[in-house]
Amino acid sequence: MALVRMTSPHAKGNNHTQTIMLWVLGATLPGVLTLTWFFGFGTLINILYASAVALAVEALILWVRKRPIGFFLRDGSALVTAWLLALALPPYAPWWLTLIAVSFAIVFGKQLYGGLGQNPFNPAMLGYVVVLISFPVEMTSWPAWRGIEAVVPDVQATLGLMDGLSRIFLPSGGAIDGWTQATPLDVVKTNSSLTMAELYAAKPVFGQFAGHGWEWVSLAYLLGGAALLYKRIYSWHAPVGMLGALALMSLLFWNGSGSDSNGSPLFHLFSGATMLGAFFIVTDPVSGATSKQGRLIFGAGVGILVYVIRAWGGYPDAVAFAVLLMNLAAPTIDYYSTPRTYGHSKAKRGMGKTD
Amino acid sequence: MTAATPIRIWDIPGGIHPAENKTQSLGHGIEIAPLPALLTVPLQQHLGGRAEPCVSVGDTVLKGQIIAEASSMVSCPVHAPTSGTVTAIGPAPYPHASGLEEWAIHIEADGDDRWCELQPVTDFRALEPVTLLELIRQAGISGLGGAGFPTAVKLKARPEQKIHTLIINGTECEPYITADDSAMRYRAPEIIAGIEILMHVLQPEQVLIGIEDNKPEAAQAMRAAVGERAMQVVVFPTKYPSGGEKQLIQILTGKEVPSGGLPADLGMVCQNVGTLLAIHDAVVLGQPLIKRITTLTGEALSHPTNVEALIGTPIRELLDFAGLQPDKLFRLVMGGPMMGFTLQSLDAPLVKTTNCLLAGTRDELPPPPPAQPCIRCGLCAEACPASLLPQQLHFFALGKDYDQLKRQHLFDCIECGACSYVCPSSIPLVQYYRAAKSDIRALDLQQHKADHSRQRFEHRQERLQREAEQKERDRLARAEKAARIKAAKEAEAAKQAESGAGTPTSDAPAPKAGGLSPEQKQLKIAAATAQMALKKAQKQLVANPDNAELQAQIPQLEQAARQAQEAFDQAQGESSNQPAAPAPQAGGDDETKKLKIEAAMLRAALKKAERSAGDSPSEEQQAEIAKLREQVEAADARIPASTTTKKPVDEKLKQAKLDLAMARAALKKTERALSENPEDADLQAQLANQQQACQSAETALHEAENNSPIPPPQRQLVDKKPVDEQLRALKTSMATCKADFKRAERELKDAEQAGGDTVAAQQHLDTARAALDVAAKAFADYMASKETN
Repeated sequence: MALVRMTSPHAKGNNHTQTIMLWVLGATLPGVLTLTWFFGFGTLINILYASAVALAVEALILWVRKRPIGFFLRDGSALVTAWLLALALPPYAPWWLTLIAVSFAIVFGKQLYGGLGQNPFNPAMLGYVVVLISFPVEMTSWPAWRGIEAVVPDVQATLGLMDGLSRIFLPSGGAIDGWTQATPLDVVKTNSSLTMAELYAAKPVFGQFAGHGWEWVSLAYLLGGAALLYKRIYSWHAPVGMLGALALMSLLFWNGSGSDSNGSPLFHLFSGATMLGAFFIVTDPVSGATSKQGRLIFGAGVGILVYVIRAWGGYPDAVAFAVLLMNLAAPTIDYYSTPRTYGHSKAKRGMGKTD
Repeated sequence: MTAATPIRIWDIPGGIHPAENKTQSLGHGIEIAPLPALLTVPLQQHLGGRAEPCVSVGDTVLKGQIIAEASSMVSCPVHAPTSGTVTAIGPAPYPHASGLEEWAIHIEADGDDRWCELQPVTDFRALEPVTLLELIRQAGISGLGGAGFPTAVKLKARPEQKIHTLIINGTECEPYITADDSAMRYRAPEIIAGIEILMHVLQPEQVLIGIEDNKPEAAQAMRAAVGERAMQVVVFPTKYPSGGEKQLIQILTGKEVPSGGLPADLGMVCQNVGTLLAIHDAVVLGQPLIKRITTLTGEALSHPTNVEALIGTPIRELLDFAGLQPDKLFRLVMGGPMMGFTLQSLDAPLVKTTNCLLAGTRDELPPPPPAQPCIRCGLCAEACPASLLPQQLHFFALGKDYDQLKRQHLFDCIECGACSYVCPSSIPLVQYYRAAKSDIRALDLQQHKADHSRQRFEHRQERLQREAEQKERDRLARAEKAARIKAAKEAEAAKQAESGAGTPTSDAPAPKAGGLSPEQKQLKIAAATAQMALKKAQKQLVANPDNAELQAQIPQLEQAARQAQEAFDQAQGESSNQPAAPAPQAGGDDETKKLKIEAAMLRAALKKAERSAGDSPSEEQQAEIAKLREQVEAADARIPASTTTKKPVDEKLKQAKLDLAMARAALKKTERALSENPEDADLQAQLANQQQACQSAETALHEAENNSPIPPPQRQLVDKKPVDEQLRALKTSMATCKADFKRAERELKDAEQAGGDTVAAQQHLDTARAALDVAAKAFADYMASKETN
């Protein structure tokens, strides 16, 4: 009788990378549904299209790299990248935009570094930044939201499925005047004459405390993040670090509610990609910091950078830039945030190299 | 301390909650395994030195009889588990992760299971702790929890440290295992008795019995058995790996065992309940450790249970007892599913550390899926009870970055397997750490060996250099000796030719025999060599006055020369003081002769220097002459007056002699000058003064002589005897020759200036020089011979 020889542990938990990825995908669903409700089928089409592109490109690169295709496709990481990217891109973004963003994310953001687990940058954010810099017009064209027709009757709110498809995939689809609107962050950034109260009253884009529609989308992301926290897919450190730092920064530099106001903490927390970033982007373990303390620092760094760029930088939103910048800093954070090991009076930190 | 005082329970970082699977084996209490026909008792069942067999093949042994003795301090004796015959001693299958064989004693059971004579202790409190420790040691008890460290050694690991807390480990956090649970349920009074024995040995201030809350029956039984005793049963939430020694200490006391240290460093000792049971058996019943409680479990067994089995029972028989279904068995693990290791052979025996045999089916313990890339999710870091960063360790282990691994405290990893258990990518993390640890250990060993070799090489190089230098010194010394002998021979020949009289040594009454002993010779050579080296260095220093190295060298060389000289002098003194020496007199005489020759040579050199200095010696020349004179004096002083080689020296006397000699030399010089310029009034006055000085120096010398503590016969009295006629004649002839020489010189000069015939003048000069040389030599030889006499 041949008995197997294996090293301990012989028992194995039933957690799998695939499970984690599927949970992340599932947690985006509230956000996806809310986005679809407010902005139409664009988001859904984006997600499906991006997923198909991601799987195809990933399979191609795996084939070129002579890696087992099925084994790596099944881990679900390419799908997560595609979904998060699709959520970050404006609904009804033209097909080539999504293609470029997703391909760049998979090929340059992940596979060329050695595949899953080897990428120093968040692939989705890398793809996003590439198209944001290259195609600013398309990237800032957010459609009008459901409910705008009550305020501005001549603007068509959401598109039907077929309209959406044709808008994305047909070359002539992009020219409807007055169809896209500035985002709330944009409005606050460019405003120089109205007080915040006047702004909220004058611009239909604002809702209760942030952007109309966006505030609900953010709440939906928060819900999904809470579920992931509950399932212990990731620890609370990075999201809390980011949200806490952002709230603190916006509190410190609020500047009241006059015309030079930078917006309230609540406005910043529920605008733009804050919640998506806090619960789905900075929690990416591969490109983030390792230890709990490191993740707290990493998240806080993202939060601070997001606010700095929003308030004083050249872009209305900044989650992608902030995340990429902190990705660069993550290895250093790791070296300086190792926890104290059992039996040692204090943690040994730093590079540990004399030269 | 009362049992009622609640004790704070601390949490440990990390930890996991794997499926417990403990109920399967708890249905039948503790069963007694049947007596096997053949037992295999390995000699190494503990950490430390392998026991040495003290029985031979064919011996009949009784149950409990010692069959192998502890080989060192950290070792354990082994006892016969049953009565029978020793059939073989040699390598046998052994339950170890390596799968290697281990030496074992095979015993064929006779079926009687007859005990040897036991010596139970009726009242252990009457015994000294040391005696109890010895009992524990002799009973072959090593930790039964799994590591197998000899218990007596562990109890006294830090003899200087007072143990204030005794911790009893009834945690048994590994899934499947219920051996300790069963022991506590059914043997609680015996365990408590074992604790009391340890309390008597250690005298701790508190005793904590830690039990996880998934064993309420065990906790209940233990509480009942403790009663009013000063022990506390502490029940805490179940979490793997609470049962690790370090983790249990943290849970019960909040303290951490220092990295690389022992619980004893904190004043704590941790013992497993199974070990306490064995201690009870050893002391109260007098039975050594020959059996233990083991869990037999797993889905490949139809009758999972706990058995009390003899050490050495083949595992196959135990599993058969538990209803093994061989076709279902896929993975056989000794220990638990988290830290146990797989066995390849059912023929290996039960050993002291076997707390569980897990016979798993393929469904139960499936092979792990292929590992996926690490996504740094950090679940491992959250599970790590040592607060390590397993993903970083994995990263560095893959890259074989051993420095970073050490920095990340790889060696604080207890290999509990929690990280591997939670890893979503199924990475065998613990395996990486084990491999890295053994790599680092191997490298350290290699480094250690390399250092050792390097040291040995360096020492060898040094030795070779020393030998080469010694050879060179010997060669130089031999060359010097040869030169000296040659010079001495020449001098002797010259003396014989010049004086016409017999050589001074021929007058010596002692027979010419012996000489310096080989040791003395060697010492002399060494002294000479050292002296030469010193002189050479001094010469070099004169050439390069700024050479710091040389300057530093000189004092060393001086000292070396002095030491060598002293050693030589001492050796000579010793040899001359040896009455039994074959011919000390002759040896002394030989030496005296040599010294005399030396002195004569020095004097000749002095004369020559004086001669070359001429009438108006430069400062340098004067200094040199004075130095030579001193050397002559010293050489003279060295020449023994009688049988003793070494003459006692009176410093004052010496000084007086020196003064006199100087005064005389000055007087002579003036006389010489005067003889050439007889009209010089200054010189005349100077001569008078110097005569005066010379006389006063003489007076001082006489005074010194009279005051000298050295008895007169040993002294050389100066000017007490009348002036030697021959000496005077020689002096006169020398002075005449000198005057002739000077005149010839002047003539030559005049002739050169006048442009006349220089050949005649040159011839004249040469003749005068030769005559002067002869006269000077005769004078020197006479002086030497006179002083020798």
